[in-house]
Amino acid sequence: MNNVLALAGVVIKELYRRKDFYVLFVMTAVITMMLGSIKFFNDDRIVRYLKDGCLLLIWISSLVIAITTTARQIPAERESRTIFPLLAKPVSRAQLIVGKFLGCWLACGLALIVFYFFFGAITASREHAWSPGMYFQALWLHWICLGIVVALVLLGSVVFTAPSSNATICFIVVMGIMFCGRHLNGVAVHMGGLDGTIVYTIYYCIPHLEWYDVRDFVVHDWGLTGLIPWVAWAGATLYGLLYSVFLLGVTWLVFRRKTLTV
Amino acid sequence: MNAVNNVVEIKDLRVEYPGRQFRERPKLAVDGLNLQVRSGEVFGFLGPNGAGKTTTMNVLLGFVNATSGAASIFGVDVRQLIARQRIGYLPEMTYYYKFLNTEELLRFYARIFRIPRDEREKRIDAVLKLVELEAVRKRLIKTYSKGMQQRVGLAQALINDPDLLILDEPTSGLDPLGRMKVREIIQRLKDQGKTVFFSSHELGEVETICDRVAILHQGRLQVEGPVNDLVAQYQGNLEHVFLKIVGFQPSS
Repeated sequence: MNNVLALAGVVIKELYRRKDFYVLFVMTAVITMMLGSIKFFNDDRIVRYLKDGCLLLIWISSLVIAITTTARQIPAERESRTIFPLLAKPVSRAQLIVGKFLGCWLACGLALIVFYFFFGAITASREHAWSPGMYFQALWLHWICLGIVVALVLLGSVVFTAPSSNATICFIVVMGIMFCGRHLNGVAVHMGGLDGTIVYTIYYCIPHLEWYDVRDFVVHDWGLTGLIPWVAWAGATLYGLLYSVFLLGVTWLVFRRKTLTV
Repeated sequence: MNAVNNVVEIKDLRVEYPGRQFRERPKLAVDGLNLQVRSGEVFGFLGPNGAGKTTTMNVLLGFVNATSGAASIFGVDVRQLIARQRIGYLPEMTYYYKFLNTEELLRFYARIFRIPRDEREKRIDAVLKLVELEAVRKRLIKTYSKGMQQRVGLAQALINDPDLLILDEPTSGLDPLGRMKVREIIQRLKDQGKTVFFSSHELGEVETICDRVAILHQGRLQVEGPVNDLVAQYQGNLEHVFLKIVGFQPSS
């Protein structure tokens, strides 16, 4: 665990010493404030549009941070040869993978806290109301979702050599799942036969990232009358953690015997 | 010499790299290598480019899996993690995390070796003093010159006070002053009784500091023995011995 934490610490340090996070945060803040400064037809529901826009930007920014940060971890270590003095020390490849995962995931968590704090501040300034329980649930599910994304990208980074191709492929896969994942079972019912079975299989195999997107819940104030049922929340958490562990296991299987040449 | 005194032991080592293209035959990098490095000696591992020196070091460090044969460090199979607890490694080209400064980098590596916190700071101070980087310890590594980066490499290799140092061309690309400093450090480590296993193309330097050498050519061990014996046997300096063994014919 000591090695894993040491590796995670370096990843977090890298994130806050690079400019990516600051650029995305400033961009989100500026766009949200610009949206907030416009008053459409004196319509009260405009606050909802503002919240929706802000959350969409937070989701996009967090996915960009998670994918780009994770995609460069192992390929960059190999490219810059920092992996050699590291693995010449008593660090196993499994520890390297878990350390990188933990570092990227925690770094995403820190970024999310900043983003959601900003979101809360914007909402409170307009609605004069807070729902910390709901924001916490949304943030937590968002973070669990990013855990799956980070594990998926880490797997991609030991399969694809170039960080850019890995990041692009992972971004397309994640977006594909988020937009189409929930509709696959319906499509399978319409198709029927062997094709339907294949689509059904895909539906049950892919990680359902769309379950973690509770933007509608937050935007339409459902949280003011009640939170997401804690059982559903815990189930989604467990599902996300199990999926992340499974993806990390596959990553280790691919990476454990890989020849690393200086 | 019994096995306990052998810090590094390589038996019938064979390493093949798979062909990069479809149906391309595997490339033989090391072929039936047998080698022992004894405790407290400075061992020079020589050979022309592509001879298999780095591959052998990669096997010792667990980066590459042997096709057949065995290798052990301090009697422990190199595939086991514990084998790396008492070694320090300096790669041929040193690149470290550019967003860290030397102190942070050394603290990170010290943590991996589970060095207790107060001892960790003392070790960092000691190695920085040894490699003469105390004054720039808080500067980001990316701002260092090549020679300074090489000394960072040496510092990280020494952070755990290793009993065995594996150095892959430690003076490559350094100016004469940098080379002399690295040589001085190796000499100091030798005086402290450390075992040093290093590859180099600087034969004059090898002749000065090594107790024994092995010359590898096309993946096979050609000759091994004390530097003085080889020089006497081939009636010339180490460069002469090297050129003779690799079959160099002057064009004139």
